[in-house]
Amino acid sequence: MTTVLEPPAVSPSRPLMEPRPARLVGIDKETNDTFTLTLEPPEGVDARFRPGQFSMLYDYGVGELPISISGDPERPEQLVYTIRSVGPVTTSIVTRHPGESLGVRGPFGTPWPMTAARGKSVLIVAGGIGLAPLRPAIYHILRHRGDYNRLMILYGARSPRDILYKKELAAWSLLPDTQSLVTVDYGGVSWRGHVGVVTTLFKSIRTQPTETIALLCGPEIMMRYASRELQSRGIPKQQIYLSMERNMKCAAGFCGHCQMGPFFVCKDGPVFSCAAIEPWMDLYEI
Amino acid sequence: MTAVEVHTALANHPFLAGLPESDIAKLAELAFEVRFQPEQILFREGDPSSFFYLIVTGHIALELLAPGRVFRIETVGDGEDLGWSSLLESVNKQFQARCLAPTRALAFDGPRLIALWEGDAEFGFRLMRKVVGTVADRLRATRLQLLDVYDKRGGAGQ
Amino acid sequence: MRDKAWRLSPEHVGRLIALLAEQGYEVIGPRKEGAAIRWGPVGSLDDLPAGVGCESTPGHYRLRQRAGPERFAWGPSPDSVKRWLHVPEARFALASKTNGTFHILRAEPPGPKVAFLGLRPCDVAALERLDKVLLEDRFVEEHYAARRHAALFIAVNCTVSLETCFCVSMECGPRAAKGFDIALTERVSGGAAPGALEYMAETGTARGLHLVEALGAPRAEATFVAECREASKQAGASQGRKVDWRSAVAVMLRSFEHPRWEETAQRCLACANCTLACPTCFCVNTIEQTSLDGQTGERRRLWDSCFTQSFTYIHGGSVRTSVKSRYRQWLGHKLAWWQQQFGTAGCTGCGRCIAWCPAGIDITEEFNELAGTAQGGKSV
Repeated sequence: MTTVLEPPAVSPSRPLMEPRPARLVGIDKETNDTFTLTLEPPEGVDARFRPGQFSMLYDYGVGELPISISGDPERPEQLVYTIRSVGPVTTSIVTRHPGESLGVRGPFGTPWPMTAARGKSVLIVAGGIGLAPLRPAIYHILRHRGDYNRLMILYGARSPRDILYKKELAAWSLLPDTQSLVTVDYGGVSWRGHVGVVTTLFKSIRTQPTETIALLCGPEIMMRYASRELQSRGIPKQQIYLSMERNMKCAAGFCGHCQMGPFFVCKDGPVFSCAAIEPWMDLYEI
Repeated sequence: MTAVEVHTALANHPFLAGLPESDIAKLAELAFEVRFQPEQILFREGDPSSFFYLIVTGHIALELLAPGRVFRIETVGDGEDLGWSSLLESVNKQFQARCLAPTRALAFDGPRLIALWEGDAEFGFRLMRKVVGTVADRLRATRLQLLDVYDKRGGAGQ
Repeated sequence: MRDKAWRLSPEHVGRLIALLAEQGYEVIGPRKEGAAIRWGPVGSLDDLPAGVGCESTPGHYRLRQRAGPERFAWGPSPDSVKRWLHVPEARFALASKTNGTFHILRAEPPGPKVAFLGLRPCDVAALERLDKVLLEDRFVEEHYAARRHAALFIAVNCTVSLETCFCVSMECGPRAAKGFDIALTERVSGGAAPGALEYMAETGTARGLHLVEALGAPRAEATFVAECREASKQAGASQGRKVDWRSAVAVMLRSFEHPRWEETAQRCLACANCTLACPTCFCVNTIEQTSLDGQTGERRRLWDSCFTQSFTYIHGGSVRTSVKSRYRQWLGHKLAWWQQQFGTAGCTGCGRCIAWCPAGIDITEEFNELAGTAQGGKSV
């Protein structure tokens, strides 16, 4: 008897592709083109997420796209997203006013390996908007500080005006057993900090490479060169994790758009270990 | 710094890692301590090359000047080197170096350092290899900066 | 169940169609429409094409009249029954906007229940592959699930292979092993009524069994069964194209920069015909459509193709910009990455992409060039 012709064992209670309305309660400007939106989770929806996961955010009549959740996983009464306005949908989303609603589906995707990192030092390497999907990991570590050794946050932004979460970065740098360093690609006279690509901060790493887990997020080129540099400094590729980005229409593994070789970035990722994804990242136009 | 302190500082400096004690001793004879205060200019664009610095602690910005604007290209800090053009004859300084935070460094007179290894080619080779390493790292980093990866349109002049 | 077989006359098949209609099924079968076999509603056996065969070669598809009366001697039609189950266009949700928020009003209701008559084994295998993507993976695609579970499947085993068929190599034919309610095999009688059509019927499910038993047809004798099986075997033996799909992952990994991709890219128009004709291609796009006053909006799901320029667009540009990379993605996915994703190759050897490519690009030839196993002659 074939099983395919029998009814499914489990019916999802809510259609998978239906966005649920979530009310916008606050909007903070981080930089000229980047805003952090705080939403009330949709009614009756379990909004808990793990660091590194993303939602599909829907702007009525305009479109939908994947956005990493950048809030505190232990405060699920708020859904927080940091969004850079780069195209028609993101530009529309960041112009919504408190009180209006955006549609939310998810959370989707694989999370940062917070459990595997327990007992180890964690090195966070973020570039540009890439700090947003890493912030929940930082919050998690800070809430469970005893579970982890040293915490290092290395952040590269385009220019001083493009730095996200400035106050938090400053606060994190004051915490014990924690380093938080920021560098910019283009500095000006009033910038007294580091100037240079984020890899130039690597010489300041004070962890034992073999017991360090590295979490990387940023433009793909940046993740590639950062991960190579970390490997040459002795962090094994099985301990380096990247968050990949691809075009997504469904986030549920059937629209086909997010494929990278055999991987669906929406469900096999977006977080991948470098050991798994590096051979595929090296293939041009995969 | 006393002579012993200079020697120790050189022996511990990352730029010289792996060099034999005989090289360190030769360098110690030439090295002298310098200190810079914030806003002090170490050298300007076009200065005929003179000094090579090993930064012990501090924060120096490399800058390029354009009419009405200052481009801060890179910063160097603890354990790094500055002024490699001094070790190549007749190359003028390409950037301006400005001190951003109180800095202590060990300085070498370029021409005297060059004279030193003209008597000892192997020592010169070892040192030059270190310099090439720095130049390669800076070139790679600069190329990555050029890509402008954080630019909205994906960078690299798109 | 599999060792029971019945011998049906054309009248029995006609009764089957009527029985299905009585049970509320819309019977969808093959019809000759213009110059092609297309799937559409059939009311009786007479609606099925009689004595029609196909010529199918790279970039070429023609119907031709055969000498005999067979109703199922044609091959894979330009499109597959995917169009009924994984529909080309569907409305996900209807939303209306009030006071800065929106409400989902309703999703697309499921369509009428459909009975497919005349599925080729490659089509049956294709549906099993779509199930892996849309039903058996992490998330269930509800529209497909509703239609698939409501439908009934009557396969017709092949007794003729087209030149472009390679189901034997893909292990998807020429007989269907499973995935059907009823499977028929057509024979032209040489016995009591020479020239008359007869059908061996086998069943695969309880409801298939009930339907066949209700027809009152005699059981098939062993010789008839053997004859039918042999005819399918002969059809399989006539296939010339082969793809060693088990080696496909290794072939793709070592030939990622093979010069052949560039050569084929010169011919490929990126027209997406292959993905439209393919019974296992599943990629879809979602679009928003709002009314002029902005008060109601729809989210629609449409077939999409990895051959489009914007398929891989992320801010900053598309990942696969060159036609070469898009052709390589299609072939690599269909034959290789599918295996890592779903445990089987995505291709069923139906050959539609070969016939319907305007440039006549042949997936089997391309694969064999890359694998270094290019065959001299491919045709029967």
